[in-house]
Amino acid sequence: MKRTNLMLLAVVVILVAQPLLLPIPNQLGEPFPGADDQGKKAIVASNPDYRPWFKPIWEPPSGEITNLFFALQGALGAGLLGYYLGLRRGRAQRRNQDNVDAGH
Amino acid sequence: MHIAEGFLPPLHAAAWAAISLPFVVVSTWRVNRLMRDQPQTKLLLAASGAYAFVLSALKLPSVTGSCSHPTGTGLGAILFGPSVMALLGTIVLLFQALLLAHGGLTTLGANVFSMAIAGPWVAYAAFRGARWVNAPLAVAVFLAATLGDWATYLVTAGQLALAFPDPVSGFAGAMVKFASVFALTQIPLAIIEGLLTVIVINLLNQYSRDELDELAFAPGGAK
Repeated sequence: MKRTNLMLLAVVVILVAQPLLLPIPNQLGEPFPGADDQGKKAIVASNPDYRPWFKPIWEPPSGEITNLFFALQGALGAGLLGYYLGLRRGRAQRRNQDNVDAGH
Repeated sequence: MHIAEGFLPPLHAAAWAAISLPFVVVSTWRVNRLMRDQPQTKLLLAASGAYAFVLSALKLPSVTGSCSHPTGTGLGAILFGPSVMALLGTIVLLFQALLLAHGGLTTLGANVFSMAIAGPWVAYAAFRGARWVNAPLAVAVFLAATLGDWATYLVTAGQLALAFPDPVSGFAGAMVKFASVFALTQIPLAIIEGLLTVIVINLLNQYSRDELDELAFAPGGAK
């Protein structure tokens, strides 16, 4: 199972890295814009008189602060997921050990 | 899949909020009941929410030359049922709307519908369908997470096409346009989410079998 997971993970890494290694499709103005932003631009392009009628109540004051919150979001999620899997792995190992001891 | 703040006309924003609200209410009730009846699965539920948290923070490059993120809602949907994910997805979307100005409060209803309702339900249906035709567990999990992720972005494209139909070609023309932005970019990312979800399920099968049994998930292990 460990081997299967490592192989799956390798495929994931290849899939993520491959667009960065291939030449960037040049019909876009800048490389790798966010799809959400492109969606926004597509709306504005076809509906030039549409005005957003509500503004975010708070915006991160700079790109750095945006990065902070994205990193925080990732860290919270990965942290909790890692905690859970570590806890369960430890419990499973202890249980296996007990079974081995009981077998003597 | 985040429709930006103020980028849906008020009527559409209100309609999507009205559609999503009952799902979130039922979801809250389901989560409460789960905590009461099966408290031993509480931590796994939190871990499923955490999975959506981390995956939706990862903006990944796609072969189309643009960037987007997976949703991570398929895992919780197949473990706990799709209705539980409406609440968890809403928490993720609120975090991003309030702290990142990503998505928005006026578009929360629409974004909840695509990511926390449509995606999980498609994932769940794909999982049950694949299991019904006796697909191996890993294949069913992969299909569920991949299709759920992709469906979320198709729904976003549909929501925008409804709100901003093309003056000439109408809804269909606008759907093609928005789908080419969202759904095409998402194909490799959806596959990535599918593979990652198989890895997590493999780990759960190995270490958390008693919780999976508690949820009656894939009895008998990875068959």
